[in-house]
Amino acid sequence: MWIYEKKLEYPIRVSYTNPRLAKEIITQYGGPDGELAASLRYLTQRYTMPIPQAKAVLTDIGTEELAHMEVVAALVYNLIKNATVEEIKAAGLDDYYADHDKALYFVNAAGAPWVASYIQSKGDPVADLHEDMAAEQKARSTYEYLIRLSDDPDVTDALRFLREREVVHFQRFGETLNLVHEWMDSKKVF
Amino acid sequence: MDQRRRELLRIMELEFAAIDLNLFLDTHPDELRALADYNAVAQELMRAKTAYESRYGPILNYGQSMSQETWRWVEEPWPWEITFNR
Repeated sequence: MWIYEKKLEYPIRVSYTNPRLAKEIITQYGGPDGELAASLRYLTQRYTMPIPQAKAVLTDIGTEELAHMEVVAALVYNLIKNATVEEIKAAGLDDYYADHDKALYFVNAAGAPWVASYIQSKGDPVADLHEDMAAEQKARSTYEYLIRLSDDPDVTDALRFLREREVVHFQRFGETLNLVHEWMDSKKVF
Repeated sequence: MDQRRRELLRIMELEFAAIDLNLFLDTHPDELRALADYNAVAQELMRAKTAYESRYGPILNYGQSMSQETWRWVEEPWPWEITFNR
């Protein structure tokens, strides 16, 4: 069960209409290392985790990633909501506009739609947690590229917050992996 | 910044502390200092939310908050419509 909270996890500021930046940031909505992929990966891997701490971590981080998805969506929405068709064309967002107007859709920066093959759910907790740690590092890199691309310091502020959360999640997954290894060692009978 | 945004910002601050402590506790369930911090933050967060909801309507759906007089859940603005521009 999930409850919706009528608030964002982080307060966003958007200085001005900027469809070019929206086109880049949307990859963290529906791209390979984006928040949808992260959330769905963790929430579907949790069922076969062998220890209670791992079930909790995947549930809680998977839930926080949904909140991050909403922050990214709010950024994109506010960056394009007042854009004219001319501005959208000049930013190269016209291909997207032809299919979606200014609606939010799950695509990467180049417009390719989200696919389930971005994620894996292997049933092997060591393999799954390694994938999760890699996912956090890939998301961290993407946020760093987006921070370099951003020409709006207010948007950069939210991107920095999201980047920091990837670092924290990586740390927690690493600790979870250690706990799984301890559990596996404790089960060995000599 | 208006009063509503100030109150919302305070809720965001408290809840962020709760989220971060929650994740820490998931892998360190025996850390009693973190647990005490979590419980203190949770209590203050509940107070801040109750005060906010009495003015601006429910912040939680599905029976987690009550709505006074009318069904205020449907009222705008929704979260993506609130920016914190300076």
